[in-house]
Amino acid sequence: MALRIRFTHALRTFRASADLTVEPAETVALVGPSGAGKTTVLRVVAGLLRPDDGFVSLDDTVLLDTARRVDVPPERRRVGYLFQEYALFPHLDVWHNVRFGAGSTADVDPLLERFRISGLASARVTQLSGGERQRVALARALARDPALLLLDEPLSALDAHTRAGVRAELRELLDELGLPVVLVTHDFEDAATLAHRVGVISDGEVLQLASPTDLVALPRDAFVASFTGATVLPGRVVEVRNGLRHVALDGGLALWSADDGEGEVNVAVYPWDVSLGSVAPDDSRMNHLSAAVVSVAPMGNRTRVRVGPIVAEITAASAERLDLRPGVLATASFKATAARLYPR
Amino acid sequence: MFLQVPPGELVSALGSSAARDALRVTAETISISMLAILVFGTPAAYWISTRRGAFRDALVTLVELPLVLPPAVAGVGLLVAFGRAGLLGGTFEALGIDIAFTKIAVVLAVTFVASPFYLRTAIASFEVVDPALPAAARTLGAGPGRVFARVMLPLSRSGLGAGAALAFARGLGEFGATIMFAGSLQGVTQTLSLAIYEQFDLDFDVALAISALLIVLSALVLLSVKLFTRWRSGSDSLTLFAPSARRPT
Repeated sequence: MALRIRFTHALRTFRASADLTVEPAETVALVGPSGAGKTTVLRVVAGLLRPDDGFVSLDDTVLLDTARRVDVPPERRRVGYLFQEYALFPHLDVWHNVRFGAGSTADVDPLLERFRISGLASARVTQLSGGERQRVALARALARDPALLLLDEPLSALDAHTRAGVRAELRELLDELGLPVVLVTHDFEDAATLAHRVGVISDGEVLQLASPTDLVALPRDAFVASFTGATVLPGRVVEVRNGLRHVALDGGLALWSADDGEGEVNVAVYPWDVSLGSVAPDDSRMNHLSAAVVSVAPMGNRTRVRVGPIVAEITAASAERLDLRPGVLATASFKATAARLYPR
Repeated sequence: MFLQVPPGELVSALGSSAARDALRVTAETISISMLAILVFGTPAAYWISTRRGAFRDALVTLVELPLVLPPAVAGVGLLVAFGRAGLLGGTFEALGIDIAFTKIAVVLAVTFVASPFYLRTAIASFEVVDPALPAAARTLGAGPGRVFARVMLPLSRSGLGAGAALAFARGLGEFGATIMFAGSLQGVTQTLSLAIYEQFDLDFDVALAISALLIVLSALVLLSVKLFTRWRSGSDSLTLFAPSARRPT
């Protein structure tokens, strides 16, 4: 079943809008900073917010059509909605929370088993851990046998320790369900792991909607580049030689880019395109920026190192071999094709 | 007050016809008032709690007005509205209903002055419920009525209980508007508070006895407000009423 969403709605400081189709069994993630209007999209699909102008349909069923004054109330929309912070009913135990959405009591126990919360059936939801609360909320949202699923920040209430495991579980569950899913998150990594396509939202507008790999390969602008993980540096094109632009960064360093551009620009460089060394190597790469190491942050088997304004993501093993410590001089190297230019 | 007369005499003074009649009138009128306040006030408070902006403020001001109104003004207002020569009095008279100086007048006066205590607390308790909870209930298939009964009422129960207790206490002590609008006829409109005033001149012991009774009742009401408040914070351990239906076996 394909979900069609198109709407515009005036919010306090900007106009939120979306125009997208979620294919059957497809997960679309909307990412953006908080307050960008991500949740507004979910509320419109669920029927909790009637937009100024809009249309929502699930296959042939029209759920909302402001032009024809169609607005199916939320309780008749067959939508599974996982709320931010989960919105479990604090006055009910786990069993009754799941029962609230279920058509009959017989549906409850299989759901509890499926989410490994049978043992918590009579527990109060206020006493559960973050991971348990998430499973109760998922079981409750699925109790209604929904035709589509809306997930609002499904992982943000979890600590970093449980997050990765829950993320993998959720991916498996979404595959298994085969429903159209709209997920909103402020974390691009969560979006890239969970969704087939990712839309970057800012000020209520979907700036770019593409597969995670396409987003990273060809970000439309500096905002999308920075949101998908790139380091964005302001600078100015000072010279064109052999078709390459020489950009003086505002901080004092300079680099070469293969992109077109003139005057004031933003340069986007993805950390995984940058390699580090203690001396500048003589190779095909055009850019070798030497500066002091500012910070070294281990992230599992990788390490993020900040050299001057540039962030590099290298393996933990390499970071150890190079003995990188704050204050030590290092050289960040990357190709001219890895430095993308966007007008400022 | 409890030291002035031996406890035995206080109890026997309560047996006087004036005290017994006042107790009966009070019990009758305040139960009808409380019923009306709960039945009409709860949905009204919920409705107001879902409004926003200047309209909500105007509604709350209207609700709170009897709270600050001098009792004499309330009495005059009720007489002007429902008295025989009043605004609505003619309509009721045509229907054969006389309001002023009857039990209906007592009920109206008590409801008028006591309802703000319940409504204010009820509006506040509905407003502090996380708006995601009724929204979640809607997406789980519950219509507005079921959301109100299964989510909003249980989550606001402690506030509603405390508000009802306060309204009851205020209704019990109602004096000014009642004496102006309903008079003080023994066995008809004379409530406990009015009886104290009358017995003050006739039989001081009876006045003392009724006062003592009201002190005990008021203390019980305050205690119940405390219990209602604890019900919210420690809802795991303290159950005042039958718990909601448990898991079917």
